[in-house]
Amino acid sequence: MASPSPKKQTNVPSMVKLSGIRKSFTDVEVVKGVDLDIGKGEFFSLLGPSGCGKTTLLRMIAGFESANEGIISINGEQMNKVDANERPTNMVFQSYAIFPHLNVAQNVAYGLKKLGLSKDEMKKKVDEMLKLVDLDGYQERQSYALSGGQRQRVALARALIMEPKVLLLDEPLSALDKKLREHMQQELRRLQRTLGITFILVTHDQEEALIMSDRIAVMFDGKIAQVGTPREIYERPVSQRVASFIGVMNFLKGDLNGKTEKGISITSDMFGEIMLDANQMPSPLEPGAVTIGIRPEMMSVLYRDSDAADNRLTVKVTSVDYYGDMTFYAVSIPKSENHLSVCMRNTVGRHVYQLDDDIVIGWSNASMVVLR
Amino acid sequence: MTKRAPLSLLIFVIVYLLFLYAPVVLLPLFAFNDSAIIAFPLDGFTMKWFWALGEEESLFRALKNSLIIAVSASLLSTCFGLLTARALARHQFLGKQAIFGLIMAPLFLPEIIIGVSILIVLMQLGLNLSIWTVIAGHVLIVTPFSVSILTTSFSNMDRSLEEASLDLGETNFGTFRRVILPLVAPGLISSLLIGFTISLDEFVIAFFLTGTDPTLPVYIWSMLRFPSKLPTVMALGFVLLVMSLILLSLFEYFRRRSEKLTGGYGKTQHHIAQEGE
Repeated sequence: MASPSPKKQTNVPSMVKLSGIRKSFTDVEVVKGVDLDIGKGEFFSLLGPSGCGKTTLLRMIAGFESANEGIISINGEQMNKVDANERPTNMVFQSYAIFPHLNVAQNVAYGLKKLGLSKDEMKKKVDEMLKLVDLDGYQERQSYALSGGQRQRVALARALIMEPKVLLLDEPLSALDKKLREHMQQELRRLQRTLGITFILVTHDQEEALIMSDRIAVMFDGKIAQVGTPREIYERPVSQRVASFIGVMNFLKGDLNGKTEKGISITSDMFGEIMLDANQMPSPLEPGAVTIGIRPEMMSVLYRDSDAADNRLTVKVTSVDYYGDMTFYAVSIPKSENHLSVCMRNTVGRHVYQLDDDIVIGWSNASMVVLR
Repeated sequence: MTKRAPLSLLIFVIVYLLFLYAPVVLLPLFAFNDSAIIAFPLDGFTMKWFWALGEEESLFRALKNSLIIAVSASLLSTCFGLLTARALARHQFLGKQAIFGLIMAPLFLPEIIIGVSILIVLMQLGLNLSIWTVIAGHVLIVTPFSVSILTTSFSNMDRSLEEASLDLGETNFGTFRRVILPLVAPGLISSLLIGFTISLDEFVIAFFLTGTDPTLPVYIWSMLRFPSKLPTVMALGFVLLVMSLILLSLFEYFRRRSEKLTGGYGKTQHHIAQEGE
C-alpha cells in the first residue's frame, strides 16, 4: 500500500477563509467554532451526517445566514456585512429552485438582467452556458416540463453564468437516481476542472465526497473532525468516528508504547509488539491505550498456508454477504468478543466460504492506523 | 365510471338544483312581466321596468357607492392579506398564532355584532358615517378571506426561490417583483374577486355603517318597502345576475391565462385556493 501523499502544500492562494465561525438558532448552537481555508480552484466537500451544521456553514458563506461569531472572507475580502446578492458566490440549491413561471432560457438569464447586456449578448451567453451543461435546444422549454437531471443542469447553468468566484452546491445530487447521480458526479468534476472555479459541495454521501473532491472536511456536531484529501480521510482517519463514517473499519485494542526515530511502537495481545511508520498515527497521541484500525479490504483471507502476511489469525465465519463483485465476511476471533469484517474481491476460481467455516485471515503492518 | 347513478340520487340532484336555481329563474320572469304584482299568472312581455330603472337616479348613486366600496375594500384587504400572509409564511414571531386568530375572527363573528360594534366605536370617536366607514367595515370582514387565500399561495412557494433570486444578485424589491408577485398572482386575483363579490352584496354591516350614501343592497332593501317598486327591483336583480355572470367569466378567463403563464404551478395553486374556499 502506497502511503497517501503528505498534507497538501497550500501554495494555492486562499479563496474562502473561515475563522472561528459560530452560529446558533434560538438556543441551539449548530456551528461551534469552525476554521477552514479553501483554496482557489479547489473542489472542496463538507461531509457529515444530517444536522452536523454543514448546510448552515454553506448558507453562511452564501450570505443567507449571518455568523454569530467569526470572520468569513472570500478572495481576501471580509464578507460578514455583505448581503447575499452582493457576494461573489452562487448556489445550486437542493431543491434546484428553478423559477416555475420562467422557461429554461429565462431562468438561466435571470441574474444577467442586472448587468445591462444587450438582448443578443444575453442570448449568446445563455446559449453558450446551456451548451456547457448539455442542454442546448431546451431554451424555450417550460420549467415544469423538465426532468430532475435537467432541472439540476438549469440550476447549474443559472449559477455558473454569473461567473462566480465560488460555486456552492447544497446536496445537489441527492434527489437523483443512482445512475444519473453517478453521471452527474463526473459531469460536475469535469465542469469544475474546465472552469477552474472553486466548488464547495455539501453532502452526506461519503462515496460522493471521495469521488469528487480535492479535499474533504468531515463535520460532526458543528465541528470539523478532520480536513484532508480523500485518501487521507479514508486511509488515515483521526478518530473512530471519522473512520466509521467514511466506510467500514475494524477496530482492535492496543497500547501505544512510544515514538522513536524508527517510527511508533504498539503492542496488542493479537500480534505482540510491532513498529509502525510515523504517518500511521495521523493525530499525535499520548502513550497508553489506543485503537488500531484496519479497513476490511486491507485484510485478506489466506487460502494457502504459504500466503504471506505480517499478521495472521484463525477465525470463524459468522456471516457471508455476497455482493457479486465482492464478498463481505463477518468473522469472530476465538476466545474473544471481537468481530471483524473482511472483504474479498471475487475472482475466477476463488472460493466463497460458508457460515461456520474456519478460515485464516491476514493483514500487513502497513494497513494499520493508530487512532483515538 | 359509465355506471348509471341510482334513480334516488338523480331525483335528489334534480330537486337540489331546482331548489337552488328556481328562485333565480323567477327573476327574469318577473322582470319582463307586464304587471306591478309579483304573482302568477304572467301578464305579458315588457321592458318598462328596465326603463324605470334607468330613471332611478338614486339607484345609480347607490351602484356607484357600491362599486367604489367593493373596489376599495378588495384592494385594501388584498394588500393587507399579501403582507400578512407573507409575514405568517416566512417569519416566526411572538404571538403569531394569536395574531392569526384575531385576523380570522371576523369570519366567525356574526356580522350584526361587527356592524353594531363598529357603529358604537365610530359614534364614540365622533366620526360621521360615510362611504369610508363602510369600506372600513368591509375590509374587516374581507381580510380573513384574503389572508387565507394568500397564505396557501405563499406556503406553497419554495422558500429557496427567493433565496435563489437574491443569490443571483437581485435586490429584495426586485425579488418581490420578479419572483414572488408572478407566483402569487393567481392568489391575488382570487383574493380581489372574492373581496369584490363579498363587499358588493354585503348588507348587514353596510346597513349599520352607511350614512347618506346607501350601497346597492341597502338601496334595494329600502325600495322593498314600496310594493309598486318591486318589479323594478326584479329588473335590477336581473341586471346584477347578468353582471355577475360576466364577472365570473372574466375571472375564469384571467385564471386560465395566469395558469398558462405560470405553467403547472398555477394549476396546483388554484386547486389549493379552491379547496381553501
